Amino acid sequence: MNMKGELNQEPERYELREPPRFSFALNRRLFLGSAAGAGLLIGARPAVAQNSPKAGTLSERLEIGADGRITAGTSKVETGQGSRAELTQAVAEELAVAPDQIRLIMADTARTPDDGGTAGSRTTPSTVPAMRQAAAAAREVLIGLAAKRWGVDKTRLTVRDGAVRDEQAGRSLSYADLASASEAALREAAPDGAEVVPTAEWRVLGSSLPRPNAHDIVTGRHRYPSDIRRPGMLYGHVLRPPAYGARLESIDLARAEAMRGVKAVRDGAFVGCAAPTLFEAKAAVAALAKTAQWTETAQPSSGELFDYLEKHGVERSAGRRDYRSQAQGLTEDAFAGAKQIVEARFEVPYVQHAPMEPRAACAEWEGDKLTVWTGTQQPSRVQGELAEAFRIPESSVRVIVPDMGGGFGGKHTGECAVEAARLAKAAGRPVQLRWTREEEFTWAYFRPAALIRARGGLDANGKIVAWEYENLLAGTSGLETPYDIANKRQTYRSSNSPLRVGSYRALGSTANNFGRECLMDELAQEQAKIRSRFVSPTSATSACGPCSRPPPSASAGRNPSARQSRAAASASRAARRKALMSLLARRLASRAASIALNASCRPSSAAVINPDNLRAQNEGCIVQTLGAVLHEQIRFRDGRLLNGRFSQLPGPAIQGRSAARGRPAGP
Amino acid sequence: MAQRLKLEVNGTTREVETDPGRPLLDVLREDLQLTGTKFGCGEGQCRACTVLLDGAPTPSCLTPVSAAAGKRITTIEGLAGAGGTLHPVQQAFLDEGAMQCGYCTSGMILTATALLERTPEPTEAQIVDGMNNNLCRCCGYPRILAAVRRAASLRT
Repeated sequence: MNMKGELNQEPERYELREPPRFSFALNRRLFLGSAAGAGLLIGARPAVAQNSPKAGTLSERLEIGADGRITAGTSKVETGQGSRAELTQAVAEELAVAPDQIRLIMADTARTPDDGGTAGSRTTPSTVPAMRQAAAAAREVLIGLAAKRWGVDKTRLTVRDGAVRDEQAGRSLSYADLASASEAALREAAPDGAEVVPTAEWRVLGSSLPRPNAHDIVTGRHRYPSDIRRPGMLYGHVLRPPAYGARLESIDLARAEAMRGVKAVRDGAFVGCAAPTLFEAKAAVAALAKTAQWTETAQPSSGELFDYLEKHGVERSAGRRDYRSQAQGLTEDAFAGAKQIVEARFEVPYVQHAPMEPRAACAEWEGDKLTVWTGTQQPSRVQGELAEAFRIPESSVRVIVPDMGGGFGGKHTGECAVEAARLAKAAGRPVQLRWTREEEFTWAYFRPAALIRARGGLDANGKIVAWEYENLLAGTSGLETPYDIANKRQTYRSSNSPLRVGSYRALGSTANNFGRECLMDELAQEQAKIRSRFVSPTSATSACGPCSRPPPSASAGRNPSARQSRAAASASRAARRKALMSLLARRLASRAASIALNASCRPSSAAVINPDNLRAQNEGCIVQTLGAVLHEQIRFRDGRLLNGRFSQLPGPAIQGRSAARGRPAGP
Repeated sequence: MAQRLKLEVNGTTREVETDPGRPLLDVLREDLQLTGTKFGCGEGQCRACTVLLDGAPTPSCLTPVSAAAGKRITTIEGLAGAGGTLHPVQQAFLDEGAMQCGYCTSGMILTATALLERTPEPTEAQIVDGMNNNLCRCCGYPRILAAVRRAASLRT
């Protein structure tokens, strides 16, 4: 399902405001004729136009080889979160074969059906079921074919180890035999309503299948997007502006063009070079940079960020795409009648995803047809970006996404793919372009900064009767409070973001959960005061709520972390935040790994597809979050990042070397 | 100016003609097609580009290729034994599932290999200290540490 199909996952609204970044002049005549020549890549199956996997035929999702191995396709990508294992398990389970009999092709727009991008944690709840449904339908078709062949009723047949079996008659037919004799059946629309294997009967799902290509990773054989090599390929490098908003006035390509093997390109604001080695491409760009004349414009700095966001917040106006407000009850009246009101303001900084593998793409033209291997979470969107940038039909563009080095919501766009393709077009040869770490920090999009203002009102009994919450720029995820409050108004407003923003792991809920829960903590302190009025002096344990005086054993100081936690909860907001950060920093410094293990979420009551993968994701998410909470605040001034390198902003390490170097930040 | 350099990579002598100031990382990845060594930051901070030079873990992004000439260079591709038998550290990373995206994995494995050569029976503190320069943005550190412990036990 694409973004439109995933009704329960609204993309963050700020993503929809992202303007196109490339406007190539190119030679229009070159492209006018290309539409007629649009066709399919040799040897590739057509991409499925429909977004719903159900609408396609089985053979677009699954193929059964002559050797019995099953090839399955999905547009989902593997960024390291276990989708390859889970989707392999889904097919293996429903077709009753061992996982090593499945070959999963991920994210190749010429070969795989469109399940949408990999975002919003939707692969497990949406694509695993879609895969299971398709594999279950294939199983039913195969059973039907065998029943027909043998002239028996379907219900007496079973499947196991890649064959349909008739236990009564002691015979079996392999999937490969059935499929090769009846290919047409698999090319028909998938039958609806095939039943998936019930959870209680799972053999492959529910087990901890390791990552299927793990061996290729420990041996260095796996080719990530930045590892793709093509015959005659050149390496690219791009000239970046010295600051955000800088405009290129003039540049002299001659000096770079005179360098051996170098192709220099200027097309609008885009300037880059391709050369036989990255070293030479960088040298060429450095030579170009010396001739470049830029005009800079004043840019806001991180020091004034929150005033800037406030000043540029969009109007509170219904119907705007960049504004959403929900109200329930009579919020103003409820505040007017409240016994006590607690107000809070939170400032959330920009954070960069910084996946270990920066953006990378290898682009290859064959006439007016383009193939790009790239690390993106949105192959179909990138296909569209390429088609638009080069004015060719989408059917002339093939995007392939090898399992990549991390995403975390940060690789939804295709700028690197477009740049590589532009260089390849000019050079007439394939070009590999991999962003530097500084480029990735500076020119990729950020998790939005946010200004959150919230207040809650308590009645005389300590009940929360009024709630008002507004964020600027954070987004809508996690905006609504899950607590039962009768009168509330919750608002998201966009603002003019000085830095480019987009998705981040868990979207806007990182900021919204933080803001909401901090305010709840503060309300809880007030509630505790109310409750403490009713505590009998003889009842020592009854008032040990979240913010009350600690019980004697802990206050004796044998448990420093418990003492610190309580200290964190009872101090004023600023002091509390500081105490919390110091607690976290100390723990991170002492042993980040153990935090993850100890804090790991409880297992969900829902059926878990791959328990070990879930555990690994929980561990990683928790430690990664500590980095964002403690010290990954992006700072900038005059359109330049002040800490856009790992040496300045390295993120969590095993022993917290980063905490010593970085500056504590908000969430 | 390009020079002819002889590099001993994974037990084989390879000759390259290159600017001597080029990073070893680029020569491995571009000239020798050994793409298992990864670029992460270009400033020796993340150690995704770790190779062993005469057994010592070294960030290849900061090492000019000329500085590697005459030394034994080991990359992730050269770690497995004859017939593809995995090195104990590779096996331990596999057994522990010590990877998410896996992009830092080759650097982690080579760093751990050097650590265990130097300190065959490391204490927990020595493991933490030895691995602390390597970044994993997926933050799969618990399993990475478990893999190093397992590798240590496999070797002894």
